[in-house]
Amino acid sequence: MEWVIESNRPIWLQLQEQLTLRIIAGEYPMGSRLPSVRDLATEAGVNPNTMQRALSTMEGSGLVVTNRTAGRFVTEDKEKLNAIRRELACNCIQEYLQGMQTLGYSEEEAKRLLLEG
Amino acid sequence: MEEKLIVCNELQKQFGKLTALNGVNLTVGRGKIVGLLGPNGSGKTTLIKLLCGLLQPTEGEVLIDGQAPGPYTKSIISYLPDRMYFADWMTANDLMDFFEDFYEDFERQRAESMCAALGIRMSARIKTLSKGTKEKLQLVLVMSRDAQLYLLDEPIAGVDPAARDFILDTILSNYNENGTVLISTHLISDVEKVLDEVIFLKKGEIVRQDTVDHIRETEGKSVDALFREVFRTVSYGEYAPHQRAWDATADAPDKLEQPETANDDEGGEAQ
Repeated sequence: MEWVIESNRPIWLQLQEQLTLRIIAGEYPMGSRLPSVRDLATEAGVNPNTMQRALSTMEGSGLVVTNRTAGRFVTEDKEKLNAIRRELACNCIQEYLQGMQTLGYSEEEAKRLLLEG
Repeated sequence: MEEKLIVCNELQKQFGKLTALNGVNLTVGRGKIVGLLGPNGSGKTTLIKLLCGLLQPTEGEVLIDGQAPGPYTKSIISYLPDRMYFADWMTANDLMDFFEDFYEDFERQRAESMCAALGIRMSARIKTLSKGTKEKLQLVLVMSRDAQLYLLDEPIAGVDPAARDFILDTILSNYNENGTVLISTHLISDVEKVLDEVIFLKKGEIVRQDTVDHIRETEGKSVDALFREVFRTVSYGEYAPHQRAWDATADAPDKLEQPETANDDEGGEAQ
């Protein structure tokens, strides 16, 4: 997955979203150790303090856990990951429906078209 | 070790009648990458030279790690000037000998491995290098010191976009938690992602000092976009209509004449 930073929103927020996505997508598997802040920052081409901020907020929400000596790990709480995946799925659905609405389809028609593939 | 790495109090610098800096108050902490942003002639280089001790303030004071510029501050500052200052008959190897002699905190191995990554030959004379390569070499030397304050005056202006990324990577991976990097530039969109804080300098005064993400949060736009707004120059089109009409008539003959002369020249060369 590539790091993409848009210009009009706070950088730490975008990093947090993309880190979350990577975890859900299994790029950083459950219970695995995350790369160091500095490595992640260099990889994304961003300031280490900004990456730190993104990771701290993820710690706050329990998605990553810090082990004082060994570094940061992805949570092993499967339910938590599933809940977040569900939330992200809802966002995708909303986006789809909005797009279809712009094209002039009703919600019913949009559903039918989706099923028909 | 002072927590505030840079302190400027009511700093003023005059060159004859010209006021380059006017009442600058500034505090910068440690472990930060700070952008010093402003259009040409806004006082960026003057401020950096005052921090280095290359210029003396007309009024006010500069403190680096709690001390006025002098031998101590020079030992903890690594400075990249806005132009090349090396003797061009020297080789990269000679320069490293010099840096090793001059600065206790110079890490020769780091410098050599960066040169290798950039494909700079250690035995090449400076004068045989391209402009961009010279700039890269200069930055390698400056970033290979374990300094507390890195003052980089326009480090990315003269190099291609790929080298720009390499330079920013170099800055990101080489600075330490106690150190601060101050980068002056007007190429904001290229550096925005790596900065913690920005300082906007306008006509010798600081008009804004803020964090990048706070600007994005409160303004809903990038620092680059904000910069364009703050420093927007009025274009011709925004003058009074009669002036625009005058411009149009004045422009027209020029536009007709130029291609003709250009064609003549080309024809002459071809024969």
